[in-house]
Amino acid sequence: MARKLKIALVGNPNSGKSSVFNGLTGLNQKVANFPGVTVDKKMGFATLSDNEGNQIQAEYIDLPGTYSLYPKSPEEKLPFQILCDPSNESHPDLTIVVADGTNLKRNLFLCSQVIDLKIPVILVINMMDLVRYKKIEIDFHRLSLRLGIPVIPMNARTHEGVKELKKAIVQPLHVPDNDFIDVRVFSPVVVDTIRNVVHVNSNYNAFLVANNLDLITAFEIHQWKRDKIQAACKDHFFDSQQMQARETLERYKIITGIMNDCVVTPNTPIQKSISYKIDSLLTHRVWGYFIFLAILFVIFQAIFSWASYPMDLIDSSFQMLSSFIRNNLPKGLINDLIVGGVLAGLNGIVVFVPQIALLFFFIAILEDTGYMARVSFIMDRLLRKFGLNGKSLIPLISSVACAVPAIMSTRTIQNWKERLITIMVTPLMSCSARLPVYTLLIALIIPKDYVYGVNLQGLVLMMLYLIGFVAAVGVAWVMKHFIKTRERSFFVMELPMYRVPRWSSIGLHIVEKVKIFLFDAGKVIITISIILWVLSSFGPSGTFDKIEQKYSSVEYTRILPQEEIERKIQTEKLESSYAGLLGHVIEPIIKPLGFDWKIGIALITSFAAREVFVGTMSTIYSVGDTNSSKHTLKEKMQSEVNPITGGPRYTFAVGLALMLFYAFAMQCMSTVATVYKETKRIRYPLIQIFYMSGMAYLASLIAYQIFKP
Amino acid sequence: MNSEVKYLSELKRGQNGVIDSFTDYELSLKLLEMGCIPGEKIEVIRIAPLGDPIAISITGYMLSLRKEEAATVRVRIG
Repeated sequence: MARKLKIALVGNPNSGKSSVFNGLTGLNQKVANFPGVTVDKKMGFATLSDNEGNQIQAEYIDLPGTYSLYPKSPEEKLPFQILCDPSNESHPDLTIVVADGTNLKRNLFLCSQVIDLKIPVILVINMMDLVRYKKIEIDFHRLSLRLGIPVIPMNARTHEGVKELKKAIVQPLHVPDNDFIDVRVFSPVVVDTIRNVVHVNSNYNAFLVANNLDLITAFEIHQWKRDKIQAACKDHFFDSQQMQARETLERYKIITGIMNDCVVTPNTPIQKSISYKIDSLLTHRVWGYFIFLAILFVIFQAIFSWASYPMDLIDSSFQMLSSFIRNNLPKGLINDLIVGGVLAGLNGIVVFVPQIALLFFFIAILEDTGYMARVSFIMDRLLRKFGLNGKSLIPLISSVACAVPAIMSTRTIQNWKERLITIMVTPLMSCSARLPVYTLLIALIIPKDYVYGVNLQGLVLMMLYLIGFVAAVGVAWVMKHFIKTRERSFFVMELPMYRVPRWSSIGLHIVEKVKIFLFDAGKVIITISIILWVLSSFGPSGTFDKIEQKYSSVEYTRILPQEEIERKIQTEKLESSYAGLLGHVIEPIIKPLGFDWKIGIALITSFAAREVFVGTMSTIYSVGDTNSSKHTLKEKMQSEVNPITGGPRYTFAVGLALMLFYAFAMQCMSTVATVYKETKRIRYPLIQIFYMSGMAYLASLIAYQIFKP
Repeated sequence: MNSEVKYLSELKRGQNGVIDSFTDYELSLKLLEMGCIPGEKIEVIRIAPLGDPIAISITGYMLSLRKEEAATVRVRIG
């Protein structure tokens, strides 16, 4: 009977904690959800054997990086809640503190806090390769004695120290004997009161509870206990900020003493380091921006064109599979559902994988090397006016290819408000799915002329992209003033030393991101896909049969070729399907924009994905599904007559209104699914749909009313 | 000894000193836990191309902060 051991990993950001996590768990990782928090629960598993040869089932949980147990951001609440609430389901039996060996003083602060919680702790001093490179000398034995806990030197990248860590993990659990500081003396009555009503293991734990009363709603304690604690704090003038300051200063006093005792650091100026020299280039006032733009360009190229090869491969594989199933399964409803609904939906999901993989590959490299922090550093002044972060540029540019991986990449932005604003405005950037729509409409209403040597059609296309960008930045500015956050946000940010990226970690990271997308966003996408398929494939009872009957009569079969009859059947079926009926229903609403019910149908089906517009229009205008049909579709649309005016249906005003509609409207279920997944709240994707539809409607309305003949 | 107290935001690149005190309580807690303790040596390493934020060195690592945040840190020079 293997014994279970829950182990939590904590540490400063940039301490290589995830490398240690990977070293301990390998591929045995999974990502789950923490209820009510936007942070993912990163877990890993391994089997270890102890000194007697018994098996231990280790369950590792990788907590978000933090500098102190005092939460200063939504993510940092997690280490506090998990470590300071013994009744929390994720409360560990053992905590591993991962420290950056070149930054020991600051890293020991968190470690000292965890030690004072009186739970079993092991300190891992990571990045030993850098420690040796910088000629820092650490007396591990002495440090271990002073701290009262095991200390393991490690270079997680080369697996140096992993064996020793595993050995230390399986030792009998031992609570550190000594406190770093005695916090009880800061406010004895409050600490005692808390210890009397809540089950915590240490005075420090009680002290932390008193300092974070608003967070203990997660602790399962009765209201009367909470009231008692609050009363005690009030009666004894417990000023949380003062207490924190006092505690911090005390801790650092002791840590300084320990550092002087156990660590020797040579006095080399930072200006001599390689990182400093690299920064001189990467944050240079000219070269810095140039290099950043070049990097953005490469990322864009990757997801725009390099990804198209595997994407085309995926599409054609699904086509083959669809034909195979369509032909080999008995004809009927199930066949249609599988091919038109499920397979089409799956195709729509899997096709994103190459773009997601490529985007995260580049982002992981930028993060791992330490460059990402520099992006924030050089762009902050410009972007903070709009509520955005320097790191917001990567999702914004990537969104020109596709918003789905772009929104996933906003994880790199730590500040919740900046991240939320970025997520909300990113889809306004004109993505590649809008391109077929733009191309068709531009060909329809913009002449092939040249104005002052500039191609008019190309110019309009560029303007559409520019409008998207301006809208994104404008909406961000507005949102900055509307979104209120309770917590004050600080820019204060570490600039880590540059490091060579860890390829295996990057690989694992990409696999993780792809898995999350496939299973979480995938569920939503497939559901909506099937719903839309049902809407366009079914009509009120009997209507479809009547259509089939009509076209099987001799009048038609004698004159028209079979192919054309098939197309006419499809057209009428679509028009009388539920989607078609909806198109008629919304016609009065979209009439002021210059649209008719046929465009209405296309708007409904494009909710799934924008490029569906072209396919739907092709069906409505009875155009076949071949490449030559592009011409035919344009011609058919050009010759369509507006019954009211007697003139062409697709005038300049209508075309312009339609283009603006597609520029602003939220017509991508994959994006909606991804936004939901990344914000973990239904309200944000709903707000997004609402405001973007509103913008689209208004823009189209104004454009049509101004330009209508 | 001729020492002056200036705000961190006033220091030029390459200037250094020792942290004296803070003028913003809440922000000071964040800076304290990051190792910016009164008495620690602090040096301005770099200023961003657009003038803001700045990068400083403290307890052996580099920290960047906005000018408005640096304006809450008093540094003793000389």
